[in-house]
Amino acid sequence: MEALAHQFFNLDIMRQAWPIILQGFGMTLLLCLAVIPLGLAGGLLVATASLSKSRALRWTVKGFNDVFRALPPLVVLILLYSGLPFAGIRLSPFAAVCLAFLLNNSSFYGEIYRAGIESVGRGQWEAARSTGLSAPHTFAYVILPQAVRNVIPDLVSNTVEVVKLTSIASVVSFTELLYAADMARSVTFNTSPIVLAALIYLVILWPVVRLMSRLEHRVAA
Amino acid sequence: MTSGPLAANGAERPILQVRGLVKRFGALEVLKGIDFAVAPQELVFVIGPSGSGKSTLLRCCNRLEEPDEGSIMVDGVELTDPRCDINAMRRRIGMVFQSFNLYPHLSALRNVTLALRKVLRKSRREADEIGRAALARVGLSDKVAAYPAELSGGQQQRVAIARALSLEPKIMLFDEPTSALDPELVGSVLATMRDMRESGLTMVVVSHEMRFARDAADRVVFMDGGRIVEEGTPEKIFTAPENPRARAFVAEIAR
Repeated sequence: MEALAHQFFNLDIMRQAWPIILQGFGMTLLLCLAVIPLGLAGGLLVATASLSKSRALRWTVKGFNDVFRALPPLVVLILLYSGLPFAGIRLSPFAAVCLAFLLNNSSFYGEIYRAGIESVGRGQWEAARSTGLSAPHTFAYVILPQAVRNVIPDLVSNTVEVVKLTSIASVVSFTELLYAADMARSVTFNTSPIVLAALIYLVILWPVVRLMSRLEHRVAA
Repeated sequence: MTSGPLAANGAERPILQVRGLVKRFGALEVLKGIDFAVAPQELVFVIGPSGSGKSTLLRCCNRLEEPDEGSIMVDGVELTDPRCDINAMRRRIGMVFQSFNLYPHLSALRNVTLALRKVLRKSRREADEIGRAALARVGLSDKVAAYPAELSGGQQQRVAIARALSLEPKIMLFDEPTSALDPELVGSVLATMRDMRESGLTMVVVSHEMRFARDAADRVVFMDGGRIVEEGTPEKIFTAPENPRARAFVAEIAR
């Protein structure tokens, strides 16, 4: 029992690892601040394009969504980071992570927006267009606000997934929270830094998860 | 209110002139060649059995449905012309829907001012002023800040009327404006429409409110199977229609 506590909940080691873990946490936050807005914007673009009158564009978007929803994001990341240099494009770990997340998240957020847009009744389009509003204005001021409101629980839920998924940046040596904790583990031969990292994820995301189930209940009501 | 039953055939240029209008949904021909005109300040009622094409006719008049054949002139502008700026025309053609279609995320005032701001590019102050006046005109001064979910059906429909009215349309199209309302709420909407009629607005109303038609309409058009089968004064259509289907229909709704 004591050995277990020593291996997993060693406060001494946690204290030693704290500075580097805090730094890693800072990088995770930075990453989130980059990839979440990128994904939300990319998703909006994808959803808008999927409403286009051009069949070619709609099919391109469909193909894009299918591919990036099926491909594991880790595979995309390694491909970009280790594959692109052979094509003469060398991305920094940060840039590679941002690009991989943009591709992956645009398809997931895009599908959520699309569901939201489809949940807004046809009558809303017609009412807005009948007052002379252009299609883009109708979309921006009438459809999108309602669409987003209808899918807020799904947007939040996907965002939680995105935050958790930032830990894959560790495989391209980006020193985010998991990478920092794993470095501390490998020099101390002790699992406590990983436990500390897990606790940080938990403390950050647990309130969001709580909020999410409340939102879902409210939408259901 | 003294304009003759067929004033559209007179010298004055009609506000709305439909010629040879055909609309198909797939293999189904919903409108089979409609000729229809509405004179300035005229109130025309369109009645007919469900599926007769009344709503489709109305919806072609602002191109919410694209006509397959024929011509639609509004205030001298050909709507089916590819060069026609349909958005500029639509704000001159007010439309009121059966299901109100208010924007649920916006207050009554913002429902009215959205097009004023984005289509007519008015300043917020000016748009608010016009919006408040339009809501006052439909008797909803005290509901300016209310959201659609907080309003009764009758109030929602009046906000929808104010939304169309605020753009100063040349003609207003009403697509069964009272059929989604509880009976006790119909009166307030009809009163608003009567008030608009008295101020000289040109109106086309798809509705079965016979009493309203009798004392407010200049002309009643009976449609059946995608065609205009009979038209005339409310008096004539409601008491002595010539067409047997019109007779059967009027007897049915009068019950």
